[in-house]
Amino acid sequence: MSTAATRPNEAERYYNYAYLDEQTKRMIRRAILKALAIPGYQAPFGSREMPVPYGWGTGGIQLTAAIIGPDDVYKCIDQGADDTTNAVSIRKFFARVADVATTEDTAEATIIQTRHRIPEQPLKAGQVLVFQVPQPEPLRGLEARETETRAMHAYEEYGLQYVSLYENISAFGRIAATAGYPVMVEERYLMSPSPIPKFDNPKMDDNEAILLFGAGREKRIYAIPPHTRVRSLDFEDYPFEVQTWEENCALCGAEDSYLDEVVLDDAGNRMFVCSDSHHCGQRRAEGHVGPMAGHQLANPVAEDGQ
Amino acid sequence: MSAVEQLASEPLLRVTDLSRWYGSIVGCRDVSFEMHPGEVLGIVGESGSGKTTLLKCLSGHLEPTSGQVEFDTRRHGMSDIYGLSEPDRRRMQREDWGFVHQNPRDGLRMRVSGGANVAEPLMNLGRRHYGEMRSATIAWLERVELDTSRIDDKPRNFSGGMQQRIQVARNLIHGPKLVFMDEPTGGLDVSVQARLLDLMRELVRDLGLAVIIVTHDMAVARLMADRLLVMRRGQVVETGLTDQVLDDPQHAYTQLLVSSVLQI
Repeated sequence: MSTAATRPNEAERYYNYAYLDEQTKRMIRRAILKALAIPGYQAPFGSREMPVPYGWGTGGIQLTAAIIGPDDVYKCIDQGADDTTNAVSIRKFFARVADVATTEDTAEATIIQTRHRIPEQPLKAGQVLVFQVPQPEPLRGLEARETETRAMHAYEEYGLQYVSLYENISAFGRIAATAGYPVMVEERYLMSPSPIPKFDNPKMDDNEAILLFGAGREKRIYAIPPHTRVRSLDFEDYPFEVQTWEENCALCGAEDSYLDEVVLDDAGNRMFVCSDSHHCGQRRAEGHVGPMAGHQLANPVAEDGQ
Repeated sequence: MSAVEQLASEPLLRVTDLSRWYGSIVGCRDVSFEMHPGEVLGIVGESGSGKTTLLKCLSGHLEPTSGQVEFDTRRHGMSDIYGLSEPDRRRMQREDWGFVHQNPRDGLRMRVSGGANVAEPLMNLGRRHYGEMRSATIAWLERVELDTSRIDDKPRNFSGGMQQRIQVARNLIHGPKLVFMDEPTGGLDVSVQARLLDLMRELVRDLGLAVIIVTHDMAVARLMADRLLVMRRGQVVETGLTDQVLDDPQHAYTQLLVSSVLQI
């Protein structure tokens, strides 16, 4: 127990700025620099305990805490949506411990923390996209030993990853994997893009923003610096393809965004809506109208002014 | 290949004074021999005689305490395999060698289909055309006399003998120069064993493969091997042509070994 006298600003100092102590943030920044210097390489770091359980975004929260400053504008999305429980609570967390402005506007944000999506609106230079990663090792499902997967990365032995694609084609007649689709970064490191839909894979290629990936439980950080080549794996006769939908977004009519299927009742009614809630709201504000525009599901988003 | 031709060709594998100690316990000791392309070498001996240690040292899985293993690699010519850098050695193992384990579970990926297991070495060598790999896999499944309609079944759904056939196909599809076999028929009943041996003998002869086969079964040695090394307590006690060693054993231990084979 500390015997020091109570400081006058004890209340504000109860948490350090951005929650983590300065030495921890230095350590994480060193790992980020290493990860940026070797695109796609999984840099180990001393992951700390966070006030949320593993699997709730501890890796992403630590990355954000290490890079955030008072002038940043912070956006947090979960499956593309700003208004989901996790996104709201993590956004509030940083508003409180880092005293930053928060936003739902993709263009306005300087740091966007995300789980399972890349925003539809193209990112710009100066923005940082922070991914929450459950399993950083793309080869883990095929090779259980860490010593072996490390050697495979070191020596660029990536034939094994194709075995999973081969299995997909022989079972389904096409590469049926839809999320966490493995990519090659600068034709050197095999990387798991975290469980984003493969629809978002092409957005990583030659992106202007910095993409940071943090896995808290697995204690790994990796990164894609701006303008880096990112190629999704495929076979010569089964080229990489992204998901397509027969429907457009029911609310905003978007033809080119990633759609979530929402079951409306138990009579088989359903609707397809943009998973990126800000993108959809912005389009509706611009006057785009989908076949189910004005549906009650759209209202909470439209009225929510937080 | 006749004996004269074999002597004329350059050796494929040259082992010089190879020893491996486990602390003060000897694994194998002062083993030297040469092997030529197309030759099938049997290593026989009782349990604990150092057969497996020797095989691990030869196949790059266990660094010997002293001595050299030189192999005529495709990329680097004749070179000491433990002198190669680790990535070079691993690539050489993938490209030039095959390894058939006694237990198919050690040699196969049990969570992916038989077809993907057979095709994996091709993907490891950089092949990226699904259709070509698929047809190569089907051709090899036919060659090892498996039902090609079961190509997408998981290994656990195949019998022991069939799993071993998948393993054989997986280790031959990429055209290796040398295949190591560790008791390949160990866990199989005699009729399945006989059919598998017959198949392997045919493949080895057709492809002109060099094989090092470790076995304690004299009948397997007689069927498969051109030449035998007899091991005891880590040392090679007798070596020679298979028929010569088995029909006219010189060393007392070999005589005991041969006379211990059960007759029906």
